[in-house]
Amino acid sequence: MPAQGWRGRDVISILDFTREDLCSLFEAAERMKRLLSEGRLPRLLEGKIVALAFFEPSTRTRLSFEAAAKRLGAETIGFTGEEAVSVAKGENLADTVRMLDGYADVIVIRHRYEGTALYAAEVAEKPVINAGDGKQHHPTQAMLDLFTVKELFGGIDGLVYGVLGDLRFGRAASSFILGLTLFKPEKVYLISPPLLRTRPEVRVRLEEAGIRYEEVDRLEDVLGELDVLYVTRIQKERFPDPREYEKVRGSYRVTRELLEKHAKPGLRVLHPLPRVDEIAFDVDETSYAAYFIQARNGVPVRMALLSLVLGAEV
Amino acid sequence: MAPSEGLLVRRIREGTVIDHIPAGRALAVLRILGITGREGLRVAVVMNVESRKLGWKDIVKVEGRHLSSEEVNRIALIAPTATINIVKDYRVVEKKRVKLPPVIEGIISCTNPTCITRKPREPVRPRFRLLSEHPLRLQCVYCGTIMEEEDVLEQLEEQGG
Repeated sequence: MPAQGWRGRDVISILDFTREDLCSLFEAAERMKRLLSEGRLPRLLEGKIVALAFFEPSTRTRLSFEAAAKRLGAETIGFTGEEAVSVAKGENLADTVRMLDGYADVIVIRHRYEGTALYAAEVAEKPVINAGDGKQHHPTQAMLDLFTVKELFGGIDGLVYGVLGDLRFGRAASSFILGLTLFKPEKVYLISPPLLRTRPEVRVRLEEAGIRYEEVDRLEDVLGELDVLYVTRIQKERFPDPREYEKVRGSYRVTRELLEKHAKPGLRVLHPLPRVDEIAFDVDETSYAAYFIQARNGVPVRMALLSLVLGAEV
Repeated sequence: MAPSEGLLVRRIREGTVIDHIPAGRALAVLRILGITGREGLRVAVVMNVESRKLGWKDIVKVEGRHLSSEEVNRIALIAPTATINIVKDYRVVEKKRVKLPPVIEGIISCTNPTCITRKPREPVRPRFRLLSEHPLRLQCVYCGTIMEEEDVLEQLEEQGG
């Protein structure tokens, strides 16, 4: 049965959803994952068209949406980079969205301006899925991150989380933190250089949700308490001032030695990828590394999401 | 109206008196109302007069113009203490307190330079959710940026200048 309230819905922020919504998504994603592992392709979206409007370059989000659509039997249309579309000829975003609205059944959009997905959803009649808008939201990433935590630990509540890295400009980190507010984490440590602290609207949400959280500078100080360490890259492209980027570049690095010295044995390290140098390669072979499991979950979670939004029987 | 103020500007026959504006913000109030002085309306601006309630205050009198409730609400952004007096035939026939609506649209811009509302050539109006009235805190509906009272005042005063 399709979950109530998913059909035709825009996916702008992880906060548009309730815990129950996400649990129904995770159940659907588990079924998708099982079907994929059995080599069965559920052609639930045959005859549908998914528009992939990536105004900003993307590899894994775009490819996982494309793979998810194709596994479900849907066709995809779209572009990557503004130069590939009429935007380069001077067309505005609203008109590009109107065009896609006429061609496709759902629009997946990524853009470097915050609020673009909400704006596109106001313009389009078809559902819009936010695949990342500037530094603000990346709800489908948060969905697969939370799904991965649930899969690894059997649940999301009651764990101690550390979110490390660029919490100011990193949309994956912000969406993950916002997603945690829909659950009951034991505590959330926000670990970053002072320049890259969590934005006020995210902190306000943590406070409203009554989540215990603490902002700290050094991973070593809290690593021993963590069940989940969510690491993000410092994204050079989001810094308005390149001098600020230089001040924080390479300011943290998770290594095997550090984890073996301080971490609980059951700690799992997540990362939305791609990584640069914030997680050393020697972590990959340890039991801590969960980021490749997380990356693979992108396809079944997005399959579940596309199916639910397009009203298919999952 | 304080008697001392009555000496400065004569009473109006028909129109609106915006009283109890925090001192120094009268020009920004005019700006919010889109009054430039070129409309042909008789406008009186009195600044930095004594006030029992506020210590010091500004007053704006606009002859021949009544304010819509939306305009009244806009004034609350910059002058939350203001009172609006509707004058007919030299008498105050109605007195209103300003109150901010839950959503404020199209008056101020988001301070975030990469908010979609700042993108050139997009037909999108800035829209803010009211988080708190005292102190003023607004949140951009599109990008989530929180604007504090000083951001709003700075912007409205710049526009007024």
